[in-house]
Amino acid sequence: MSTVSEQMTRPRLVLGEQTYHTITEAISKIVEEKTPREWYIAFGITGGMTVMLGAMLAYLVMTGIGVWGNNIPVGWAWDITNFVFWIGIGHAGTLISAILYLFRQKWRTSINRAAEAMTLFAVACAGIYPLFHVGRVWVAWWLFPLPYSQGMWPNFRSPLLWDVFAVSTYGTVSLLFWYVGLIPDLATLRDRAKSKIKKFLYGVFSLGWRGSVRHWRHYEIAYLLLAGLSTPLVLSVHSVVSFDFAVSILPGWHTTIFPPYFVAGAIFSGFAMVMTLMLLARWAYKLENFVTRVHLDNMCKIMLATGTIVGYAYATEFFIAWYSANKYEQFTFMNRAFGPYAWAYWIMISCNVISPQIFWFKKMRENVVVMFIVSIFINIGMWFERFVIIVTSLHRDFLPSSWSYFKATYVDICTFIGSFGLFLTLFLLFTRFLPIIAIAEVKGVLAHELHQHGHGAAGSHGGKH
Amino acid sequence: MPILGEQLVGQEGQRYWRSLDELADRPEFREYVEREFPEHASEMSDPISRRKFLFLMAASLSFAGFVACRRPVHEILPAAATNVEYVPGVPMYYATVVTRGGYAQGLLVRSNDGRPTKVEGNPLHPASLGATDVYAQASILELYDPDRSQVVKKGGSVSSWKDFVAFALPHFAALKSKSGAGLRVLSEKVSSPTLAMMRKRLLEEMPQAKWVEYEPINLDNMLEGTKIAFGQPLHVHCAYDRADVVVSLGSDFLCTGYGSVANLKAYSKRRRVEPGREIDLNRLYVVESNFSITGAKADHRLRLRSGEIASFASALAGEVFNLAGGDEFKPLVERLGKAGNFGKWVQAVAKDLVAHKGKSVVVVGEAQPAAVHALACVINRALGNEGATVRYTAAFNEQFVRMTQALAELAKEIDQGLVDTLLILGGNPVYNAPVELDFATKLKKVPTSIRLGLYEDETTEVSKWHINEAHYLEAWGDARSYDGTASIQQPLIEPLYGGKSAIEVVSVVLGAEKGGYDLVKSYWQSRFGADSEKLWKKSLSDGVIGGTAFAEVRPGTLQVAAVSEAIGAASRSGLGELELNFIPCASVWDGRYSNNGWLQELPDPMTKLTWGNALLVSVATARAKGLESGDIVKVSAGGRTIEAAVWIQPGHADGSATIALGYGRNKVGRIGRGVGHNGYLLRTAENFYTAGSISITKTGQKLAMASTQEHHSMEGRPVVREATVTEYVKNPKLIEQMEEVPPLKSAYRNPLMNGEYQWGMAIDLNSCVGCNACVVACQAENNVPIVGKQQVLRSREMHWIRVDRYYVGDENDPRAVHQPINCQQCENAPCEPVCPVAATVHSPEGLNDMAYNRCIGTRYCANNCPYKVRRFNFLNYHKDLSEVEKLAFNPEVTVRARGVMEKCTYCIQRIQAARVQAKSEDRRRIRDGEIRTACQQVCPADAIVFGDLADPASQVSRLKAEPRNYVMLAELNIKPRTSYLARLRNPNPELG
Repeated sequence: MSTVSEQMTRPRLVLGEQTYHTITEAISKIVEEKTPREWYIAFGITGGMTVMLGAMLAYLVMTGIGVWGNNIPVGWAWDITNFVFWIGIGHAGTLISAILYLFRQKWRTSINRAAEAMTLFAVACAGIYPLFHVGRVWVAWWLFPLPYSQGMWPNFRSPLLWDVFAVSTYGTVSLLFWYVGLIPDLATLRDRAKSKIKKFLYGVFSLGWRGSVRHWRHYEIAYLLLAGLSTPLVLSVHSVVSFDFAVSILPGWHTTIFPPYFVAGAIFSGFAMVMTLMLLARWAYKLENFVTRVHLDNMCKIMLATGTIVGYAYATEFFIAWYSANKYEQFTFMNRAFGPYAWAYWIMISCNVISPQIFWFKKMRENVVVMFIVSIFINIGMWFERFVIIVTSLHRDFLPSSWSYFKATYVDICTFIGSFGLFLTLFLLFTRFLPIIAIAEVKGVLAHELHQHGHGAAGSHGGKH
Repeated sequence: MPILGEQLVGQEGQRYWRSLDELADRPEFREYVEREFPEHASEMSDPISRRKFLFLMAASLSFAGFVACRRPVHEILPAAATNVEYVPGVPMYYATVVTRGGYAQGLLVRSNDGRPTKVEGNPLHPASLGATDVYAQASILELYDPDRSQVVKKGGSVSSWKDFVAFALPHFAALKSKSGAGLRVLSEKVSSPTLAMMRKRLLEEMPQAKWVEYEPINLDNMLEGTKIAFGQPLHVHCAYDRADVVVSLGSDFLCTGYGSVANLKAYSKRRRVEPGREIDLNRLYVVESNFSITGAKADHRLRLRSGEIASFASALAGEVFNLAGGDEFKPLVERLGKAGNFGKWVQAVAKDLVAHKGKSVVVVGEAQPAAVHALACVINRALGNEGATVRYTAAFNEQFVRMTQALAELAKEIDQGLVDTLLILGGNPVYNAPVELDFATKLKKVPTSIRLGLYEDETTEVSKWHINEAHYLEAWGDARSYDGTASIQQPLIEPLYGGKSAIEVVSVVLGAEKGGYDLVKSYWQSRFGADSEKLWKKSLSDGVIGGTAFAEVRPGTLQVAAVSEAIGAASRSGLGELELNFIPCASVWDGRYSNNGWLQELPDPMTKLTWGNALLVSVATARAKGLESGDIVKVSAGGRTIEAAVWIQPGHADGSATIALGYGRNKVGRIGRGVGHNGYLLRTAENFYTAGSISITKTGQKLAMASTQEHHSMEGRPVVREATVTEYVKNPKLIEQMEEVPPLKSAYRNPLMNGEYQWGMAIDLNSCVGCNACVVACQAENNVPIVGKQQVLRSREMHWIRVDRYYVGDENDPRAVHQPINCQQCENAPCEPVCPVAATVHSPEGLNDMAYNRCIGTRYCANNCPYKVRRFNFLNYHKDLSEVEKLAFNPEVTVRARGVMEKCTYCIQRIQAARVQAKSEDRRRIRDGEIRTACQQVCPADAIVFGDLADPASQVSRLKAEPRNYVMLAELNIKPRTSYLARLRNPNPELG
């Protein structure tokens, strides 16, 4: 049914001699095989980091926020930087699952499962920070509008409260979306499971999926609805997060550009993280046939686009600071680029604006090593972007007498490393127990491709349907 | 039963027993108990059982309340017109005095249910006039310092007052029989009339004994100077409220100088600008080496090495005599010649002085040599200031001997073996005596040394006996202020640790142990004569004893020849490349307050350094020596060397360095130990205030220095607004126009502010000198915690009101401005909408209230506060407080928990107290001035005014109507309720 031009231009998304069976085999195998030694080693390391996270948080709760480097004027530092960083990372997942789904971008199928998983884990990591950054974490539940003895509602005017709603909604919808997508694949694993326990557990979570047409019909509608629900979330969550800053009166925070700028940045950082993880998973589990150069190329292009948007946003901020003739605003931006935190600013610019420009070159979009390095750069750069926004705006605001400098403590650093531990541990568990590529969806793409490539292809690929 | 006997020994109180076996606690009995009552066996034998624990806990809890019940046994009377009958929960105020360096400051001390909790100034007292300095404010914390000396010690081990008396009575009786040969008393400056009387008796009864006074910061130069000029030692009084022109020669009379509170009260009157009245500002010239806050207030400041101020004084005197005429000064004019090159300064200042004859003051700092003081006396006479703006009164002791000289003599006598018994009343000579005396070694040689001290310190270590001194709030006494006015020092609480006062110790020396109350009362009753009981009561409740101020002395002829000779001798050579000045610390004074956390954490008014001093050098000197702030250097003077960290002080004289005394103590409580560098180790009697030819060498090490302000320029922002008088008169709108403010319109409604009162504050930067009294007063009133050096280094100090200091102009010779900043109580408070739990909300009276219990600590409010006045409890800063320290808390103010944000509330507890008072008095309106915030009440410059903006006649409303009034960051449309009145300068056009 496809047009001639489509046939000519669209490269294949599944490579190799694939049949439905080989796809099932290749992906289920990862879960079913004996756990490789490398996995245990990796798990040991990340597990250790996660324990460190727990220890740091326990120390924090027992001793006080003072174990971090935060001060007055820098009331927020690594805590909220990490929060925005992790929330941003989560964005690619939702974007891939929801928006690309609605736009029928079939190349999403190979990466959406992992990206969605990443979203969830990133949201889990992100959630730690706003929760634990409060001085009295034991009463953090006052943030929720609960009827209780104080007889008080939270302050609905506060962006922090909007955050609570935005992030919890986002987490919930992402979880549902991911889980709904998993159901057919869980059933596949259930059917293939050899041990009773596995059969039982996969059985419970696959909710009695039998693959009947009725099931597929309901499934598709549910998936579509969730995609529709998630789409505004992609835009709203990070917009709301940006309100934490935009609603304030602080120069460097108080700016209307923040919602789109934050969303672009979030997608940018999210894709970089998906890239990092997928390149590793692709290499470790030999998934070259599923995560093809096409996928990587597309991701590179998105990073180039969003990276450039972010760069444009940086420039706009400077322009507006100049154009507004507001001396506080002007000072803040000059201070970012040339003040005591200039190093952070230039790391940000180099990583976020300059490094993705390399993807203008096709050669570079084909070079896995370059992609990996750039994706790491972007991860670093996007962390620094949040650091620059938060810390450099706070450390020198209106009255020069209150200016100060923020220095991180070992607890700041270990907590951040620990949150990576948690993230990677969850990801490792995910690769161990769940199909990292959406089997059912890839089969859908395969069917499409088989059809597209006509009989020549069907001859060699047309095994079991 | 021998065993039974043994068991009874060592038991206190009555012990109840059921059988002889139980009493003896034999193993057989325990076994029997175990068999018979297996379930409760442990309770019977175990000393702490569950039941016993509960029993003890219940008892402790019920007795805990008694901790506060330390009411004095003797009758003390409440001040003024308060209800004499005690109402639980209602604070009472008692008048008393605190003494520093021999000079008293009158206080009204608040007592909450028997606990003194806050010090205020006594408006009736001439050295207070209702305000206090930082030292007096912080003395409450000293009272509850758990590190204070708590017991009498003999040879380092615990003894008791009883033992001491048992030792002392026969000991001193024996000395008396030898007419006091071998007895020496070393005390702080005696200003107590009772003690002076006892000293007189002691010296009469024991004529061979000697009494030496020593203060490391004293007025000997002034006393000697007046003696040179007039033949008798005199106290100099300057009437700053009547002086149009003030010239300070190295005097920090607005901050660390003696009598600074009264000086500031008077001085600030002449910086007040009132609408509708002609602007009549005084003009202040300051010549000094270190940048003091008096220098910061100056209209013209000349930075000069301390050692060169004498030549400036000479040049100025010469010029004044030339212009003012008068033959009697001729010999001096010839002698003075023309010394030094001071640009246009000498002529301009002399002209200004002469133009204001009889309405000017030349004041000299205590560090300047006596000759300069003598010269100032001559200048003031030549200008006709004497009797008008400069008055003299008698010194406390007519026999003038320099303290350092007397102390050196004492040291010599010890070496000669002439001293058998040395009684040290207060002070800490081992730490602060001139270093060449090596007082520690000397003291060790004295067979019987008895030391009365508030702390177990350096002097305690080498004394045979140590007697724990009572705090001034615990003991009866009396003291004179600078002008001689005597006051009774009333205790508000029984000595927490059973301490004794100097007069009580001296009574033992005189042969009869007497209580402080009896000693003081009997002295004053003998003075009062008839009607003594009434006068006694009045003196107690007023806090001053009427008619005790010294009469003005009209000194006779000037000893021109003596002055001229002294000046000749004073022209100093040997200053070398670098001089070193020793100054009293604006926080810990001479070191006596170094265990006071409030004072240690109080930023220095100029450097903003907390927790330690530094070697201050000018920008140019630092550059020449390759020094940066924080570099540890070796400082050598006269063959002695110390290590100290450098701090670059813009505006310091070049070729000069300054170190504040009072630091580097090794034997003091936990707070003060090891903080800063000990300048006394370079200080000799000869170079008491200034040492010449010092050398500085870098060690290569660095010290992290905890300054509360890291940035010193206003970056061109109109934060502190200033204008000269001429500019202001020409265009009074100038202040307002310093920042362009767009029309302040908002789409949103303000929070509903429909309260009967609308609170607001105005701070006059023209009066404020940045002395920090408000900072400590606020800390005391509002239970603001001490955080320690490490936390200050992390910018986590908790002061609710801070005093910002900015430099303006050339870094070598800038001007400095001060600005107190508390919560500005914005009407459109940016902190409020961002709090997710509504812990900070607006009151109908326009206050930005904090609900500490509701705060979860997101710190968002602090981020969004443009003035950064919010303070966060990053750690549990009250964690290690002992029970005693907790007594210092103001019960009207919540003690904030860890993880909670806090800030200035405009002393809402005082607002509420006034509201209750007004309601109980026929529901009248609260009167203007009835509520005074802690910062306002303490302010010696009356720079802070709080009140009701809804009342157009209130003082604060009137101030806000002035054209000098402005709010910071008006363009943000946050409408702060605290506004500032711009500073006006009154420069001499000739100096430009």
